Amino acid sequence: MKGISLFLIGSFTGLSLFLYQQKPLAQSIADGEEIYIDFCMQCHMTNGEGVPGTFPPLANSDYLPDINKTIYALKFGLKGPITVNGKAYNSVMASQGLDDEEIADVMNYILRNWGNETEEVITEEKVASVQK
Amino acid sequence: MKTLQNFFLSISILGVISCDAQDHGPAISTPKILDYSYEIISDSIDIPWGLSMLSATDFLVTEKAGTMYHIVDGVKTIVKGLPPVYVRGQGGLLDVAHSPDYNEDGLIYFTTSSPLGEEKGGHTALYSAQLKNDSLINTSLLYKGDFNTKKGQHWGSRIAFDEEGHVFFSIGDRGNREVNPQDITRDGGKIYRLNRDGSIPSNNPFIDNENSRKAIYSYGHRNPQGMITHPETGEIWVHEHGPRGGDEINIIKPGKNYGWPIITYGINYSGTPITDQTKKEGMEQPLYYWLPSIAPSGMAFSTSDIYPKWKGNLFVGSLRFEYLERLELKNNTVVKREKVLDSIGRVRNIEQGPDGYLYLGVEGKGIVKIIPKS
Repeated sequence: MKGISLFLIGSFTGLSLFLYQQKPLAQSIADGEEIYIDFCMQCHMTNGEGVPGTFPPLANSDYLPDINKTIYALKFGLKGPITVNGKAYNSVMASQGLDDEEIADVMNYILRNWGNETEEVITEEKVASVQK
Repeated sequence: MKTLQNFFLSISILGVISCDAQDHGPAISTPKILDYSYEIISDSIDIPWGLSMLSATDFLVTEKAGTMYHIVDGVKTIVKGLPPVYVRGQGGLLDVAHSPDYNEDGLIYFTTSSPLGEEKGGHTALYSAQLKNDSLINTSLLYKGDFNTKKGQHWGSRIAFDEEGHVFFSIGDRGNREVNPQDITRDGGKIYRLNRDGSIPSNNPFIDNENSRKAIYSYGHRNPQGMITHPETGEIWVHEHGPRGGDEINIIKPGKNYGWPIITYGINYSGTPITDQTKKEGMEQPLYYWLPSIAPSGMAFSTSDIYPKWKGNLFVGSLRFEYLERLELKNNTVVKREKVLDSIGRVRNIEQGPDGYLYLGVEGKGIVKIIPKS
């Protein structure tokens, strides 16, 4: 009986690892760059500088380190007043329809570029855990 | 040596920047005296992509996230029975327009990013339907672009009608500029013409070309998001988002090639060039191009007596600079540009209602009516 339980637990863990198998960080960042160019660059610009008064910067951003808030914005969109690097913005960012893996990838890219720094690796699992 | 290289690099970068920074055509002006104001006639709509004024108090609005609203006497109701909407990047529920014979046929036309089809991803689709008790009935898929792609960019899409029973609509290049716009056997980067029932007109320009998409009316477009039938000539006027510095106005002629991406006045967002050609034999020149880009969306002519000074002028929304642009034309040349409702927000759409007033869809605000001061 105990053997079966262990087997079941083992299989379940294995399955979870399989389902949430993390791709290498370098690959995630590379995929994230493609997502950035396709979905984000038009407003946030080539080097994440944004557009003064309209689209907040992603470069050196003091908004992004709040990981859960950032994931939430990417998953469900963002509207209303926010402050980024001391400047006020009040606009609408629609949800881009990205899946959890794509959101993890683009965050891994953004959080390591243009003066942003982090040790944290964003996983698909982490993105999935942020709910409305 | 390295310094010298850097020097030349700087010079060439400066060259690129300066050609982007220089204004083209008449500079945009701001009126000194405002003899108009505005009123929000329907609020709480995040991205009012399409707008169809059935009357002054009865209109349809498409919200990009996938909701169609029917607003009657200020009361907003969600329209039921929409086909599947693929919300992805710039895509979602797109334009809505009513038939020129709406009072008789009751037909509305709308475009949406659609996941229908075999492949993953989506493409732009055109539907017609009727409205009954705020539900869509007799919904008919008139056209669906393929092949689907997961790219988020450039879906088009605006709808217009001519007086000969045709419906026109646009699909953008779907983020594949090297392949789609110049290939008439593929969808994307095109203006399309159908009969209003969805059938293909027998005199469409590529009807006899083997393997061509027979609905194509013109090609070589990037991302057209403004389309209007000229009130006097009946020609189809279109504007499209270019890359940095390449937004264009074109008059659409059957079978013509508008050049994207072989010729353009724009450059990549990153500042690198796309092509060194702005003109080429066999490719159309724009009637006007914006430099810098305004990110144009929505297009209307003012023909009413509500705004006497604006009669015959062209109006275009600017997503980037958050104003409505008024363009005066003389012999199809832009002679004056002016900001109307400066800083109002990202103007997604502009339409002249049946009452002659101008109505705008503004992101984060809703539907806005321009009121002249008496």
